Formats: sequence, C-alpha cells, structure tokens
Amino acid sequence: MHELSICQSLMAQVESIALEHRAQSVTSVVVAMGPLSGVEAQLLKNAYPIASAGTVAENAELIVKTLPIRVKCNQCGSESDATPNKLICKQCGDWRTTLVSGDELMLMSVELEKSKDPKSVH
Amino acid sequence: MCDTCGCNITHGNESLIRPGGKLAKTESGKEAVTVLHSLLHENDHTAQHNREHFDQHNVLAINLMSSPGAGKTALLEATIQQLDKNIRIAVIEGDLETENDAERIRKHGVKAIQIATGSACHLDAHMIHQALHNLDLSEFDIVFIENVGNLVCPASFDLGQHQNVTLLSVPEGDDKPAKYPVMFRTSDLVMISKSDLLPILDDFKVDNAKRYLQDIASTAPVIELSSKDKSGMPLWFDWINQQIETRKAYLQEHPVHHGHHHHEHSREHSHSHEHHAHAEDTLNNDS
Repeated sequence: MHELSICQSLMAQVESIALEHRAQSVTSVVVAMGPLSGVEAQLLKNAYPIASAGTVAENAELIVKTLPIRVKCNQCGSESDATPNKLICKQCGDWRTTLVSGDELMLMSVELEKSKDPKSVH
Repeated sequence: MCDTCGCNITHGNESLIRPGGKLAKTESGKEAVTVLHSLLHENDHTAQHNREHFDQHNVLAINLMSSPGAGKTALLEATIQQLDKNIRIAVIEGDLETENDAERIRKHGVKAIQIATGSACHLDAHMIHQALHNLDLSEFDIVFIENVGNLVCPASFDLGQHQNVTLLSVPEGDDKPAKYPVMFRTSDLVMISKSDLLPILDDFKVDNAKRYLQDIASTAPVIELSSKDKSGMPLWFDWINQQIETRKAYLQEHPVHHGHHHHEHSREHSHSHEHHAHAEDTLNNDS
C-alpha cells in the first residue's frame, strides 16, 4: 500500500534532478533495495506508471536491483547470508548480529537525455 | 537512515554502487547522475526536523505501532491514569478516519491531536510536522504518537520519534515477529499486550515470541503488560523514565543549537524553512 507514496517521493527526487541538469527527459531510474526495506519491488514497479504519468520521467525505465541480506556476527565476527526472519550467524549460530546489507531503499542513479546540450555531442 | 555522508554504503553493497559498478554505467549521448539518496529522503529530512523540535523542548517522542486492535489507545489511557503526574503528556493520534481515539484521550484531560490519514496506511513525517503546529511543545515532557494500526507500512517512515514501541497482543499469536520482521526490527521495545489473556489463550507462548525476536537479531526488551488488570505497568513506567533520563543525558552532551531554526511551532508558524529543505540536495557527485 505504501509503495505508491514511496514512488511519488521517488518521482519528486527524479524530477528535481532532471530540472537541475536541464534534461529533456529521463531514460532510466535505478533503485536498489533490500528485502528488509519494507518495500516490495513488484508493487513499486506497479506504482511507477501512475506516479510518473505526466512527468519528465514518464517513459523512463525503472530498474530495481535487489540487494542481498548479509549479517555480521557480533560474537565470532564472520559474515553470512541470511533471510528476512532468520538473521542469525550461519557460522556459529549466534543471534547477536548486525545487518551489513539488506535494508537499503535507495535511488542509485538516473539517466538523462540531454540532446540539445552541445556537450553531449562529443 | 543517513543520505549525506555515504554511511548507507556498506561493504555489502558498495561493489554494486560505486562508480564503475554495474549500477553506475553510462551510455553515450546520455548523462548518468549518481544519486545515492534514500527514496524517503524528503520524509527523513522532515523527520530530522521534527526530532530537533522535540529536542529543543526536551520532549521525548515515542511512536506506538501495532496491528489494529492491539490496545494502543487503551495503553495510553492506562498510562495517562497511572504515570507520574509531573510528566506532562500529549498524544498525536493517527487513523484513517474518525476522531474517536483522540476523544478517548481528551476525556482524561490530555491534549490530543487527531490526524485522519484518509486512505494512507501510515503516518509520515510531514503529517507529524503539521500536527506539531498545533502543539506548544514547551508544555509537555512526552509526546506519544499513536500510529495507524498496521504492522507493515508504518515501519518504513521515520516520524522524528526517539523510540519505537511495538505492541504484540496475545490474541494475534506469538509468531508475529517472524511474519513482520521489518516492523519488529525497528522496535526499541516490544510489549506483549493483553497479557491478562495469556491463561485463556494458552497457545501464545511468551518464550516463542522472544525466540522469534532473537531470530531477527532484535535486542529490544520485552514487557508483558495488561492495560486492563494493570500488570506490567511499573515495568513500562521504568522504561519510560529510563528513556527520559537517557535523553536528558544525551542532550546535555549534545546541546541543540537553538539558532538553527528561526521559528516556533505555533499557529503563526512560517514555512520559510521548507525552502532550504531541498537546497542541500544538490547532486554534485556525478561520476
């Protein structure tokens, strides 16, 4: 449900970047997220056409990269893969771990079309 | 989450993100702009702003989250009745519709502001910011924010609170932390509410709930509490007092710069600060 409001917030950021760079249009938007971000990639993709309609990013491709869940053990120090509700150390089995990756929700980059800009000819 | 210093880039994800990584390539004739901002950048900025306001007035802000019907409002009513009267309370209520919860709180003589979110399934920092316009924070010691009953969406939105408290009521079942790990991971305190029902609904095992919390690497303390028979209330009050003390000590070491914001949150509040909100987001890290 909250993916639409998150997508609208994403569009506001994309639009301000496009404006700042005097871009004609946005060709792609790259988002990286982890499973523990609380956002579903598919729902974000579904929300994208609605949120981007009528904006400079209307025809942009939304690329969502999913980052893995990784934890570092506070006891033995080793790092391992984990699942959303099992964030325990695979090495020693201890539950006292720190998340290294997996809760990100980031706008990584946007690709802009700037055909009228002489700098882009070269 | 921080977006400015790069601390959200960890060695777990940096190979994907850094210039030259597979998420940062550029095609000819186009310009790729590296951003590395949270999708909730604007919300997080406003949340930080709210937090500064709370800090300026030495107010502790507690965000209460749970499923609908887990007993958040009942907990607040019991808290208002029993907490040390020297601790002045205000409540911000979030619901899709109605003023019912705010009216329940007001009956106890406590200031309550109702936010009707319409169809939104969570509170966000902007809604709290609006609500703060109607609260003179100098009159309070604690602001409780009762979020929309929902174990999913509220977890993603920082409101500017200092602490997150999640209620898990006994009728819901002890495996909720395994089903909603994102929510329970954000919790600084987990409260097993309606604990008076434990003898009746005996398939709820407190130890199981604690084990599921350990599985998500939660270090949050767990309190069993009943707003009805008032058991567990002293533990809750101990926790609140501890948070007030911790906050006080923190603010003594990290004083709030009063000059930073030029306004008070009163009705004549000006929105001048909203203009600077985006100025610092300049994207000068093209690569």
